[in-house]
Amino acid sequence: MNPAELSISQLRAAYQSGDLNPADAINSLTEAIVAKDDAIGGYLSYDTETALAEAAAADISLPLGGVPIAIKDLINVKGHPASCASKILDGKYTAPYDATVIRKLREAGAIPFGRANMDEFAMGSSNENSGIKPCKNPHDLNRIPGGSSGGSAAVVAANTAIAALGSDTGGSIRQPASHCGVVGLKPTYGRVSRYGLVAFASSLDQIGPLTKSVEDAALLLEVIAGSDAKDSTCLDEPVPKYSEFVGQDIKGLKVGLPKEYFAEGLHPLVKERVEKAIQYLESQGAETVEISLPNTEHAVATYYIIATAEASANLARFDGVRYGHRTSESPQDPEDNKLIYHYKHSRAEGFGDEVKRRILLGTYVLSSGYADEYYKRAQKVRTLIRDDFSNAFEQVDVIASPVAPTPAFKVGEKSTDPLAMYLADIYTISTNLAGICGISVPCGTVSEDGSDLPVGLQLLGKPLGEADILKVGAVVEAGQKS
Amino acid sequence: MDIRKIANLARLELTDDEAARYEPQLEQILHHVEQLKKVNIEGIEPTAHATPIFDVIREDVTHGESFTQEEALANAPAVVQGQIKMPKVVE
Repeated sequence: MNPAELSISQLRAAYQSGDLNPADAINSLTEAIVAKDDAIGGYLSYDTETALAEAAAADISLPLGGVPIAIKDLINVKGHPASCASKILDGKYTAPYDATVIRKLREAGAIPFGRANMDEFAMGSSNENSGIKPCKNPHDLNRIPGGSSGGSAAVVAANTAIAALGSDTGGSIRQPASHCGVVGLKPTYGRVSRYGLVAFASSLDQIGPLTKSVEDAALLLEVIAGSDAKDSTCLDEPVPKYSEFVGQDIKGLKVGLPKEYFAEGLHPLVKERVEKAIQYLESQGAETVEISLPNTEHAVATYYIIATAEASANLARFDGVRYGHRTSESPQDPEDNKLIYHYKHSRAEGFGDEVKRRILLGTYVLSSGYADEYYKRAQKVRTLIRDDFSNAFEQVDVIASPVAPTPAFKVGEKSTDPLAMYLADIYTISTNLAGICGISVPCGTVSEDGSDLPVGLQLLGKPLGEADILKVGAVVEAGQKS
Repeated sequence: MDIRKIANLARLELTDDEAARYEPQLEQILHHVEQLKKVNIEGIEPTAHATPIFDVIREDVTHGESFTQEEALANAPAVVQGQIKMPKVVE
């Protein structure tokens, strides 16, 4: 038994039976990382020694006792680096505190192990925007793993992690999960505390699990979810035992199929895999209903106004004063304002292209004379997008759709065309604008250039409807094995 | 879009090459978002947060642990006498 290849539930069973101990898992993962990760680039760093010390002290009777979890490099783990895959923080920042999700993981006995690669500050859909190094798709090293949680998805898919945490602002958990053939869940906005998550777009960001099974996603979610005094947007609602919904039947459950998500632009073979998974749900007693989300066509435009506006404000904190990169240049021109020069050069030297573009766009849409035209208007269209989902969920229990319009594309294919990259987020972006929950579950592969590329089925649930999407997701997963 | 003006507001120094690359890309994105002008938003309330959360209030007392001075300064680019050191910016 190779521990690195196990799921959380399998690893826990092996601990309980005495076949394995937590140090075996850390050692096995380290061997797997050494063997595979140079080619994949899923990790920015890892610390076997610290993890082994934690493994020696692990209490395997706890819900995640001794289970190593890879952490996207924008979640603070005390004593670990957190670079957000940006040169502005790389080698210059060690987290001085634990994020709430890390505190909860530790209380459940888990071991944070490994810093997963990502697009810089979570801005991207391909991991090509990592400021440190690219991450590749383990199913085809010439292709992107998706993004922004590309590292989190790749390490789970490559069996160089048991499971991982990522974050999802517009699809950043679900899309890489789909491209890498793993399960990825984006919780309802406010279900999981954002305290200790480096902010990209605060009204859209959520932390969630990327795992080898739906059951594992449930096991992680039931640990990390719940209210937090340190995040005022975190909902004070009871946390169900999500894992109990895995394996329940779906007879009579209504599944909505948004016609806008099956329209032109969807790769025919992706469509076929998704439709086959939906047919399996029907065979298991679910009832499908065609629905409409009429404002879908406006989602990408709305998102890229709101997300960049929030990002431009959030990233103002990187000023070369208190932490992060500081320029060593000083103004030569006596007319230059020295403080502004300091800010502009520190930031310009630290941030990569996509981060700069988004800060510029966000600054523009918030600037005097344009804020009403762009930002205010986008917030109103956001209301319409949210209403689309509220209306749909009066008719159906969950919504099923593709995650991404195509399988993982080739490295470099879209990297010079930001708009083309943004448009590929069409099926995942509305979820964040509406604040609802969503999961990507593998539903087959598409063969391209001799590689079998995974495809995910997306299931969207009502606010706090994680139990529903996990229940249906587990049926999809079972259908793949049957 | 006056990219130099926006870059100044955003406190980003741009090279000529960056300005030349970003400007058409940003114009293209702005062209795409123009479509929102067709949407009827008459009487629609803006959504700032997806879940309606109202003010969360608590007593103004310290909770839990705080950073020591050393911890608070650990990530600073330069430190002198227990404070963050900055280059000279005023005459």
